Amino acid sequence: MNAIVEREKGLIELEQRIAALKTHAAQQPVDMTAEIRALETKYAEIQREVFGTMTPWQRVNMARHPKRPLGSDYIAALDQFDELHGDRHFRDDRAIVGGFAKLRGRRVIAIAQDKGRDTKEKVLRNFGMPSPEGYRKVIRLVQLADHLGLPVVTFVDTSGADPGIGSEERAQAEAIAQSLYELADAGVPIVATVIGEGGSGGALALALADRVLMLEHAVYSVASPEGAAAILWGDAGRAEEAATRLKLTSDDLLQFGIVDEVIPEPLGGAHRDPVGVVASVLAAVDNALSALTVVAPDELRDRRYRKFRRIGAPAT
Amino acid sequence: MPMPEWLRLRRAEAVPADQAAQWTKCPKCGSMIYRPDLAANAWVCPNCSHHFRMHAFDRISMLVDSDFVEIGGELLPGDPLGWTDKVSYPQKLQRDREKSKLTEGVVCGFASIGGTPVALGVMDFNFRGGTMGTVVGERITQLFESARERHLPCIVFTASGGARMEEGMLALMQMAKTTLAVRRFHDDGGYYVSVLTDPTTGGVSASFAFQADVILAEARAAIGFAGRRVIEQTIRQKLPENFQTAEFLLEKGAIDMVVERSELKGKLMRLLDYGIGAQRPANGRAALLRAIGAPPESAESRA
Repeated sequence: MNAIVEREKGLIELEQRIAALKTHAAQQPVDMTAEIRALETKYAEIQREVFGTMTPWQRVNMARHPKRPLGSDYIAALDQFDELHGDRHFRDDRAIVGGFAKLRGRRVIAIAQDKGRDTKEKVLRNFGMPSPEGYRKVIRLVQLADHLGLPVVTFVDTSGADPGIGSEERAQAEAIAQSLYELADAGVPIVATVIGEGGSGGALALALADRVLMLEHAVYSVASPEGAAAILWGDAGRAEEAATRLKLTSDDLLQFGIVDEVIPEPLGGAHRDPVGVVASVLAAVDNALSALTVVAPDELRDRRYRKFRRIGAPAT
Repeated sequence: MPMPEWLRLRRAEAVPADQAAQWTKCPKCGSMIYRPDLAANAWVCPNCSHHFRMHAFDRISMLVDSDFVEIGGELLPGDPLGWTDKVSYPQKLQRDREKSKLTEGVVCGFASIGGTPVALGVMDFNFRGGTMGTVVGERITQLFESARERHLPCIVFTASGGARMEEGMLALMQMAKTTLAVRRFHDDGGYYVSVLTDPTTGGVSASFAFQADVILAEARAAIGFAGRRVIEQTIRQKLPENFQTAEFLLEKGAIDMVVERSELKGKLMRLLDYGIGAQRPANGRAALLRAIGAPPESAESRA
């Protein structure tokens, strides 16, 4: 069970009580304003207590909340979108959605990882874990964007690249390596936003970007907490412990200079106001693009080189 | 240009005293091998030709003509996350330094191979499982940057468990950093050959290992993205015997060739020739000195 969903239970009960009281009050001549206000105050208090400060593990759970806006929600909020399918070699990987789009009137190539909402869609989208074909679709779309001079906008949300037999047979490592290789040299602006889970190389393959944005309660880590715990201690069950050590929250990554901008979420998380959050992400992306589209291609490449070049370089 | 102490020792074929009496069991065929014999056979089992994982120093001494000029050796890891589990990250690093005699998971520098000057990077699984943290990323990046400046071909031997957990996202970002360096080197006309050795997985296989112009793999090396255990746990079934081996990747079309260690140097010389029309200057050392911009030396200074 998701730890945030668990913590929300009491709040939802309280919400229902307030709603019931309000309906009741409207039908009765008795003034219940004081009672309602008291409950609302209590509600706000609990909400602050529960969500005001969250542990890294709670952030991981927030990033995985079943109601959190997914990649497709961002795609759906674009002015216009025409999906382009497939890697032209093997199949269409539904874990990655991409195509032509318009963002606030601007022509772009939009690419999103999507975990799927219900069980059927989750299976269709392989729980958001892309196969090599997904990354090869990304490569193809980035080449198209470069060819046409269109900026690339990506939305990152994956626990990691698919670790199955088929993915290994079709060279998952090569697909990710080449996706990075393509992004490294594209002469168009690239803006990546981590909207949920940024899991390892499977996430980075969409995030070698000129500007990396991140939602407040998204996480971005070298491996998923379960994966890191398995690698470090041979025990995926110690995920919570791994999460606290990995420094995967938006404030950690802003401090490291790995993320350029953190987009705030409402108290209680993005799913409390999905429409508002999606709109503010798109506004931030648009804003970032406005600053980048005036930069010449070679200068863009140079800046991108320098941006990543300094990460982990000795202090000069 | 002094020769590194470790290379001088290996050149002299001096067997360290603590190793002289050691016997090693081949993990493949179980035969007991006298360590000096194993070393003399390039760490290949004389009985079943199992390729032992090689120490970076042994690998370099096996490949290069004479000298090796290290770069980035002064770069040492910090503790950016303040990591502690059973022991602290600095303690783990200290332990691996003592055990491996290495300062980090890769040794980079210049050398000549068959008379051709090259930029050479050799990863070593003995140091934190060859994982890529900030120092491995930085040394590899500097290697490609130096190779680009000097117009040298670049050869990288990979051996890695992936990104280093104890350096978190700073480690993951090295995939992006090294990619950018490889790409710039390539776009400037650079020639890059990677040699995937046992094991090459995770963030290293998903970055510079699979971005070379020509990709070789050492015979029977384990190569993949996800670790074998992770896949087994995910799909809950036994994996085929040859899964994620060099031979498996060759069959699937992911790499150019599989090479036995005994043939590796000859193969690299041929590939250097195809790639850059490498002539074989009589004096590899002089060519190396010219290539790295060191002043030519008189007969006395060599002695």
